[in-house]
Amino acid sequence: MSLERFMNQAISSWMSAEGPDSDIVLSSRIRLARNIKQYKFPTLFSNEEAKAVIQKVKDRVEHSSISKLGDLELLLMDELQPLQKRVLMEKHLISPHLAENSTHGACLLSENEEVSIMINEEDHIRIQCLFPGFQLLEALSMANEIDDWLEEEADYAFNENVGFLTSCPTNVGTGLRASVMMHLPGLVLTQQMNRIIPAINQLGLVVRGIYGEGSEALGNIFQVSNQITLGKSEEDIVEDLKSVVSQLISQERSAREALAKTSNIQLEDRVFRSYGVLSNCRIIESKEAAQCLSDVRLGIDMQYIKDISKNILNELMILTQPGFLQQYAGGPLRPHERDIRRASLIRERLKMEDQELGG
Amino acid sequence: MICQECNQRPATLHFTKVVNGEKAEFHLCEKCAQEKGEMFMLGSGSGFSINNLLAGLLNIEPAFQGSKQDPFQQEKVLQCEQCSMTFQQFIKVGRFGCAHCYETFKDHLKPILRRLHSGNSSHNGKIPARIGGTIHLRRNIDELKHKLKEMIAQEEFEKAAELRDEIRKLEKQLNANHEGGD
Repeated sequence: MSLERFMNQAISSWMSAEGPDSDIVLSSRIRLARNIKQYKFPTLFSNEEAKAVIQKVKDRVEHSSISKLGDLELLLMDELQPLQKRVLMEKHLISPHLAENSTHGACLLSENEEVSIMINEEDHIRIQCLFPGFQLLEALSMANEIDDWLEEEADYAFNENVGFLTSCPTNVGTGLRASVMMHLPGLVLTQQMNRIIPAINQLGLVVRGIYGEGSEALGNIFQVSNQITLGKSEEDIVEDLKSVVSQLISQERSAREALAKTSNIQLEDRVFRSYGVLSNCRIIESKEAAQCLSDVRLGIDMQYIKDISKNILNELMILTQPGFLQQYAGGPLRPHERDIRRASLIRERLKMEDQELGG
Repeated sequence: MICQECNQRPATLHFTKVVNGEKAEFHLCEKCAQEKGEMFMLGSGSGFSINNLLAGLLNIEPAFQGSKQDPFQQEKVLQCEQCSMTFQQFIKVGRFGCAHCYETFKDHLKPILRRLHSGNSSHNGKIPARIGGTIHLRRNIDELKHKLKEMIAQEEFEKAAELRDEIRKLEKQLNANHEGGD
């Protein structure tokens, strides 16, 4: 398969489309956890109950639809190959838990992959809306709409005092987890992240690297999300997150400005060295690839590099994950082979940029 | 067994892998498995640790209540009548068995929820449209009553009267719902 075709299938809209503030915010995600009253939660439910939950959602899809979502495709985890599941996971469309440990897990996917409804994950239903750029409110209103649509036929487990009942008490109440993925190289380079993370934690929000714990985030990509789901309204939770993210955006912008002022040539050097590595490497580990991609993306944002499209970071961060590499190769690869594949995929992708410009 | 990669930590992951027809056995610790990409990377560690953390958090519970209760007194086993999960089990796994568990463990839950949600223990957000009909009404009434007080305080009696009528109307509706067997 050509890389171009593979990518067309592989890229979800959140990776390729432009959104507000997408130079810093890669994506916004809203997740709602819901359970159906009459069935036990997935920790304890029987196979029959698990199947009944899937059937319930299936019925709903057959009876009516939400026109703006297009056709919804139902994927049963039991019927997918491990590699296919892994690819869905690397695209953030399903969770590791659904892929690996669920009983009769399933996922309802919208055509553009912005909406993914996980079934029989930790809760019966988890509605996820993943939008490009900084669009938390848009994602929330979409999630709410899907929620209302599902509720028309399903009796949700709900209690007036503690709200939506979830399998884990950390999700009870609104069942809402709002998160944004941010590229923050400026704050990392100026060593401000270690100061910022504890401050954000105090506000009831969590910051973590998307591919690792702590402040050593791979590729300078961080995920900021709410921790508290009970006691605040959905709108307040999202507004609180939004205001912190807005502050982070402006701090990142000023860090970049400061960098350009104080160490312009060093920064330019760093960007082009990384560009050099990516366009010439023959073996590259994921950690190095992530760092170089982050540098190149920063270089694009700061206009050192002018002829590469912006979404290259979002795309390649996902496409160079082990699952994708193996799918592209058409079979399992050893770690070493993966590093070689990764290098060639990145080079090829960069070459496509040249061709697009030339032709 | 020791991890074959780092030769330090105990191996917790044992698996056989077939690549291009070649069979190989692996014995890795979690850390090396993650580094080698053998384990799902995305948040795999975090789900595990959150669960553990939570169990740890819940476990403090008996000590937390120690002042009120005699710690040596054998408590009768608290068990959900619908899914038969016990409170002890819940503490261990950090997950409820069914919606009814919230009712069963209600008395123990409040301090836990407070700790998890920075002091909050009651829901303030969305109410499902269909099953939450009466709840919506009640919340509406509460809100109007609150406004009514404000209006009276501001001596806006005309508006207050309007609010009063509306509240009466809603209360009637609420009563009708109850009598209707809801």
